[in-house]
Amino acid sequence: MLSNQIRQALLIAVGVLGLLAADTAHAQDDPHVFRGATIYTMSGDAIDNGALVIQNGEILDVGSVGAVDVPSGAVEVDASGQVIMPGLIDTHSHIGGVSGGDGSSPLHPGVRTIDGINVRNSGIMRARAGGITTVNVLSGSGHLMSGQTTHLKLRDGSTIDDLLLCYEDSDICGGMKMANGTNSQRDSGPFPGTRAKSAAEARALFLEAEAYRDQLNSDDPPDRDLGMEGLVEVLNGERIVHFHTHRHDDIMTALRLRDEFGFELVLHHVSEGWRVADEIAEAGVPASIITLDSPGGKHEAVNLYFKNGRVLDEAGVDVSYHTDDPITDSRLFLRSPAMGVRAGMDRTAALESVTIAGARQLGLEDRIGSLEPGKDADFILLSGDPLSTYTRVNETWIEGMRVFDRSNPDDNAFFTGGYRIFDGTMHHVHDINE
Amino acid sequence: MNNPTRNIRRSFSSVWIRCVGGVVAGVMAWMLMAAPLTAQIALRADTVHTMTGDPIINGVVLIEGSTIADVGPADAVDIPDGATVYEGTVITPGLVDPRGTVGLSGIYNVDSDQDQLDTTAPMQPELRAIDAYNPQEELVAFLRDQGITTVHTGHGPGALISGQTATFKTTGETVDDASLSDISALSMTLGPAATQRFSSPGTRAKGAAMLRDMFLQAERYRDTPEDERERNLPMEVLVQVLDGEIPAFIQAHRSHDIMTALRLAEEFGFNLVLEGAAEAYLVTEEIAEADIPVVLHPPKIRPFGAAENAQLTTAGELHAAGIPVAIQSGYEAYVPKTRVVLFEAGVAAANGLPHEAALASITRTAADIIGQSDVIGTLEPGKHGDVVLYNGNPFEYVTNACTVVIEGEVVKEDGCS
Repeated sequence: MLSNQIRQALLIAVGVLGLLAADTAHAQDDPHVFRGATIYTMSGDAIDNGALVIQNGEILDVGSVGAVDVPSGAVEVDASGQVIMPGLIDTHSHIGGVSGGDGSSPLHPGVRTIDGINVRNSGIMRARAGGITTVNVLSGSGHLMSGQTTHLKLRDGSTIDDLLLCYEDSDICGGMKMANGTNSQRDSGPFPGTRAKSAAEARALFLEAEAYRDQLNSDDPPDRDLGMEGLVEVLNGERIVHFHTHRHDDIMTALRLRDEFGFELVLHHVSEGWRVADEIAEAGVPASIITLDSPGGKHEAVNLYFKNGRVLDEAGVDVSYHTDDPITDSRLFLRSPAMGVRAGMDRTAALESVTIAGARQLGLEDRIGSLEPGKDADFILLSGDPLSTYTRVNETWIEGMRVFDRSNPDDNAFFTGGYRIFDGTMHHVHDINE
Repeated sequence: MNNPTRNIRRSFSSVWIRCVGGVVAGVMAWMLMAAPLTAQIALRADTVHTMTGDPIINGVVLIEGSTIADVGPADAVDIPDGATVYEGTVITPGLVDPRGTVGLSGIYNVDSDQDQLDTTAPMQPELRAIDAYNPQEELVAFLRDQGITTVHTGHGPGALISGQTATFKTTGETVDDASLSDISALSMTLGPAATQRFSSPGTRAKGAAMLRDMFLQAERYRDTPEDERERNLPMEVLVQVLDGEIPAFIQAHRSHDIMTALRLAEEFGFNLVLEGAAEAYLVTEEIAEADIPVVLHPPKIRPFGAAENAQLTTAGELHAAGIPVAIQSGYEAYVPKTRVVLFEAGVAAANGLPHEAALASITRTAADIIGQSDVIGTLEPGKHGDVVLYNGNPFEYVTNACTVVIEGEVVKEDGCS
């Protein structure tokens, strides 16, 4: 519903811009065909000398150059020598200067990150420069439940509404951030001081939410309660829990909570996932993991290795990588799965981990994550092998609009950095507590 | 233990052992048995980057004992019978991290394993890296597995003068086993990182004034006859800087802080190495004219704070201007707890730094800047047998270091199986 309004608004904006810049402005309307690229559709084998056909922000067709249907009048784009793949999906990021709950409580189910994101933040441009088209923006891990996450499409836009990505026919545009382990423990105030206390507080909250839900269905409905409303969405499986967890025992605690209350769960970071990979696979719970250049930095991450993606994938776990930006940089997102391949991860699984697997973990796989007719025209053009150090994102397209063009120096600056490019857009890393 | 010659030299330099001749003899005999000088290792690869000229196609590096005996095309190097042979795609010299804090900054990141910065005073040149370095730190082993064979490490950024640095091989059980140089540089910082932890200096200008005053004191100390002065630990180190025995490594990110570093070096005539230098691209000409080398921040540094204007392309730009560029792991307060210079040089190579220059930034040039080019940094007969063998271009994300050798000792050999 909301997204239709956005599209209309965008079309109007596009019409105005079109008077000024005829180049990409009509991409929404005119069919485009990108020919000659190697295409990773992520729904089948890679296509050499492929063609991608888009119109009105959607994919019309994809296949070998000679095998696709191209509407008459389509704008021809020579993509030979390049690689096309779906726009990258980052399942865990802190771009946009996002904030969530404060120090008044360890549990903030009613706090929405959409109320704390600045879409003019240049982090958005850094992510586009890295080929990222969809982001799950989360608040931090310093709380057991720090708030509701926000799915963003990194469209050109000036307000949060322009970028929101909500479920079809729904006002729900994100998940719920939870955490366990040490980040959400504190020595004082209303915060838990131990792991068991952390779990007990989360369980008590879910019990309260179950009671609220039951009362909603009774003859005597309760007063509106923002936190409870968010949690009822979680209990109903409409809002996915994104659960920060590192150590093997904390991972099992997250699985135990999910078993007790039946919510949809994605494990995040999962540093010691390789130690309980079979248990995670058996639970059928996906893992959104991170690549760090060295282990450590805190007790929970001393066993974080490049092999984590390989071990989890081989055990049958659905694996995505995330940036955790600014922990790792959105501009170099493809490096994360590449480092998994370095440690033996299957190449296809690695490419899926930043595309269709990410889409599944956000519940958006019907719309994004692969290049198939009817899906959103979110894709990137790369200068070469997606997993090579030397490969650059040449262009990033979202819903048929080009939002990053490496040949434009103003865009390219958001990749290379430089004087006053990123002014005021980065958190100090200690503030993120991630 | 991997270098009998060095250990024996160290043993003799110890007053304690000199008094106990029998112990010396025993130690010597034991060391010679522990590391037989006759061990021979041959490494062959499709491309051998000797860093002394063009790469050798289908080359061999032969190590005898702890040093390199021969390097050349496969058909020109005689591999002795009985030599252990390792084969791969690419060979480079052992990688040199020209500036980090590893071994002082531990993996757990808790007070008890963080020794890179003492904040009780803003200027403490007497703090020795050898009194803090933990050669058995897990992160040292991690770096070794990635092909890093030498680390120039020690006191970190965060104080006008935070202390000394030293240079270590990434093997060894004690600091003496590992040390290549017990004091390599004086660690200094300009900019906000040097003022935020102290009541004074509270400003840039005050910080510079305090440093100038300290160097003036050191000049007076140096010029006082030895029999008229008492030993003074800070002054002794500063005199080494003034005399050019060790350089000052000054971290300065902002262009005006870089200019302050150049000004201080000119006034007191010490050898300066700029480190960090996120805005070096704004003052390239000035750095080149002053003939100052740069140990650049990791290209993947997070662009915030004093480094918010960092560029991925800076290494290439400095190299093009003729400035010697090495790439550091630097200091990380959180995660990753250490960076890996191999990964960082790869990002520089993908963003304008030519391939051989990128390799040099973590081998030959890095060794030059830390004053160790006579023993490490290139593959030449007589230099330390520090060699890394890879299964592809070392800078590709998906390439692994298969075999790592330090002074003739194989410290990793199953990295690609």
